[in-house]
Amino acid sequence: MEAKQISSTESIVVRFAGDSGDGVQLMGTQFVSATALSGRDFATFPDYPAEIRAPVGTTFGVSAYQINLGARPVSTAGDTPKVLVAFNPAALKVNIKALEEGALIVLNTDSITPRSLTKAGYADDPRKTGELDSFQVVEVDLTQMTLEAVKDFGLGKSDAGRCKNFWALGLVLWMFGRELEVVEQWLEKKFAMNEAVRESNRAALKAGHAFGETAELAAAMPQLTTAAAEFDPGEYRGIRGSEALALGLAAAAELADLPMMFCSYPITPASPLLHQLARMGDLGVGVFQAEDEIAAACAAIGASFAGAIGVTSSSGPGVALKTEAIGLAFSAELPLVIIDSQRGGPSTGLPTKTEQSDLYLAVYGRNADAPLPVLASSSPSDCFDVAIEAVRIALRHMTPVFLLTDGYLANAAEPWQLPDMNDYEPIETAGLDENSTADRKQQLFTRDPATLARPWVAPGTPGFNHRTGGLEKDMHTGDISYDADNHQAMTHLRAEKLARVADFIPPQQVETGPESGRVAVVGWGSTHGAIYQAVRQLIKDGVDVSHIHIRHISPFPRNLAELLAGFDQVIVPEMNSGQLATVLRDKLSLDLIPFNKVSGQPFQVRELVAFIRDVLNNNQADKVVTMAQGER
Amino acid sequence: MSASLTAKDFASEQEVRWCPGCGDYAILKSVTRALADVGATPENTVFVSGIGCSSRFPYYIASYGFHTIHGRAPAVATGLKLANPELDVWVVTGDGDGLSIGGNHLLHALRRNVGLNILLFNNEVYGLTKGQYSPTSRPGTRSPSSPGGSFESPVSPGLFALGAGARFIARAIDVDKAGLEPVLKEAHANEGCSFVEVFQNCIVYNEDVFEHFAGRAHADERQIRVEHGQPLVFANGEKGLAMDSKTFTLQVVDANADADRVLIHDETNSSLAQLLLSMHYPEFPVALGVIYRNPATSFEQGFYAAHPTGMKRTGKIEDALRNTNTWWVDGSDD
Repeated sequence: MEAKQISSTESIVVRFAGDSGDGVQLMGTQFVSATALSGRDFATFPDYPAEIRAPVGTTFGVSAYQINLGARPVSTAGDTPKVLVAFNPAALKVNIKALEEGALIVLNTDSITPRSLTKAGYADDPRKTGELDSFQVVEVDLTQMTLEAVKDFGLGKSDAGRCKNFWALGLVLWMFGRELEVVEQWLEKKFAMNEAVRESNRAALKAGHAFGETAELAAAMPQLTTAAAEFDPGEYRGIRGSEALALGLAAAAELADLPMMFCSYPITPASPLLHQLARMGDLGVGVFQAEDEIAAACAAIGASFAGAIGVTSSSGPGVALKTEAIGLAFSAELPLVIIDSQRGGPSTGLPTKTEQSDLYLAVYGRNADAPLPVLASSSPSDCFDVAIEAVRIALRHMTPVFLLTDGYLANAAEPWQLPDMNDYEPIETAGLDENSTADRKQQLFTRDPATLARPWVAPGTPGFNHRTGGLEKDMHTGDISYDADNHQAMTHLRAEKLARVADFIPPQQVETGPESGRVAVVGWGSTHGAIYQAVRQLIKDGVDVSHIHIRHISPFPRNLAELLAGFDQVIVPEMNSGQLATVLRDKLSLDLIPFNKVSGQPFQVRELVAFIRDVLNNNQADKVVTMAQGER
Repeated sequence: MSASLTAKDFASEQEVRWCPGCGDYAILKSVTRALADVGATPENTVFVSGIGCSSRFPYYIASYGFHTIHGRAPAVATGLKLANPELDVWVVTGDGDGLSIGGNHLLHALRRNVGLNILLFNNEVYGLTKGQYSPTSRPGTRSPSSPGGSFESPVSPGLFALGAGARFIARAIDVDKAGLEPVLKEAHANEGCSFVEVFQNCIVYNEDVFEHFAGRAHADERQIRVEHGQPLVFANGEKGLAMDSKTFTLQVVDANADADRVLIHDETNSSLAQLLLSMHYPEFPVALGVIYRNPATSFEQGFYAAHPTGMKRTGKIEDALRNTNTWWVDGSDD
């Protein structure tokens, strides 16, 4: 095997792939920890099956973890891996199509047997058919080497074999010139009470590293280099979307100086948020795992009624169940934050794959006229600010607020410059006017002139005991009212309440590119990274294109219509069948070009670049291109 | 703190809109009297309800109130109680609201032992939607949705509660204030979840459905009022309940002739509670009063005890952000 140096000044995409039980996700997160500390920018994409342990060796059971690392800005997990670590033939089969030509494949040869080849759908050993000729293949007897490395620590053969992800991690860390310390520290903490497992994994890690280092192999093993990223000076950490969201919610509770009650029911891919918050009790957060999605929403509403910040979280199917309760919070004018970690649908759909298809559900998905604020986070670290913003709107405007994130953001990681909490305004709540001399009952429905929010008066407040609920209320007294004019007026008032949220949100900015011109690419949510890269690349090539990314989807920023009018064409890429496009047409009567991908996989930069170029070359305002499917 | 509130202080100014003659009026009166008697305060009392005739209840009590959505009152009340355990939280529900659409939430409020007083008004019919058979309707119930008579097997509210792990189960009749008021006060005194089934007469759609045992004319013969530590006797002390140990069933015996066989009520005995809750007229009298009481740590007590800081904010976000590996990027070099 020829020695070869693979290096890249920009970035390198690495993909680990194996069976669900091979520990690929863990390997990926540990690789990220080591990468972060070396000053590289990174973005990750965990891609795993819905089954916890799918049948061994099958293509549908392949779990993968992709990392894009290198110089800043790395904003997506990357289109085409340059390195693949394949734990078995199925992992090779599934992932080889996506690889860059000349990519490096680390192949676990122990796993290649006639049976495993058949399971993966290979008629012959791919090493002998020539289909790997355009790649650089490093064959490693991974299982055997691991068993050898850990034999002194007393694990049974099956447990010993499980250390192979750490052996492979050691090798990859060597390839990238990374130290082992961070991973060793993690092992010490994680397996503090289990010496055999701790030391076996440590030995496997070191053995993998040493394998790379060994003189006789060094010539054959490539080492990879990437430029260190250029970061603004400051303190950084790696962050996943679910962590940032949890920290943002807790930060909002701190800014409001109120307890937070997070009520949820387990569902993929929203559960990581539940797990994160369950460990944040000292930040004034309580976690209630309810009996179902409806109860989770209702308990959060009960907590809000009691004066705490009620938050509920789920994914599409669960949010659908919460719909009636959300309408109650809307009608009773109670604050509530609903977090939707979107996944592929409809119905159970693709639980572990990403999609942006709950925008209609958030914007339109309730019985009767019940318009709500809707926000979307666009990157793992952005989840922090969006969470604070969602709570701020809920408490200031006395309304349920939708926060849309997705499975990709929840699990993806990136470096994050830690925010200074002094930069955030305290969160104010809608309270009683202490100087009011009005009748107490009327005070309860005396609205803030700017927001039209009613005061938040919790049980336990003497003198203001009152009844509320889902029946229509008299505008002035809050009593049940079936009066026709009152209902008309209340419906209008509730719509106006939402409209006025726009008075409090910042104007829409152009993120990259000119303020007006030929083409604006308008996105929302987790497509941010891919659009950013695509637009940046096109601008470098001299193309007149801008990127606008919308955080506030309902209501839109007041200047959005005017801003978009400055562009000849508006392209709206989404991982759905055109939902933001519909809302833009609905609210702004905008003529636009949707670009839709609904494959469960994120956009690739090159897909976007190609599409934008296509639109520009043909100059067809009505051109609609819909991808039949993604790359895989 | 208003030391001497009366029942009137708990009656709201709202015009009550139940049908004339509805059993709910009597329950409302007993509840306001019980609230006054136990020294409740309007500001610290909350009535939470779902949907249905019974669920209009909160509007008529001058406390805090939340008329929520169908079946979900126990879930809303759980969040409320968790956020503020100091509140005295009552849930008012019905057989449709609590046992059909909201059965799941009732199950979990009971098994978690959330500190709520749950009053289930059972009238064996959907009233507000005009008279369809409900999950407690007896087979053969003719209704607009079962014109040929229903054929479903009904659920027993008390047995459901016992199966769910309830720690306090009591029963009373709407118009029987001597039976209902003490039960409400006992429910209030119990720290965990108290479940009270009230046999409530729907005068429009299911009139006199409980008359066979609830009617005053036969009350002594057909009802048994259980009291912890007292013999299980009825019919002016003429009849008693005894255990047939061979069949593990109850039997009615002559309380004088078989005095030594008459059981003493033990409200902590769940097996006895099951037998008492299963009794139907005419084979048996219908058991009323506190049938089962076996207190345990309430959900909110457990929640706050298990919470690392008892819901206090002791940490700072600034520190939480750094609760992982962090690194510094220096401005001076590249």
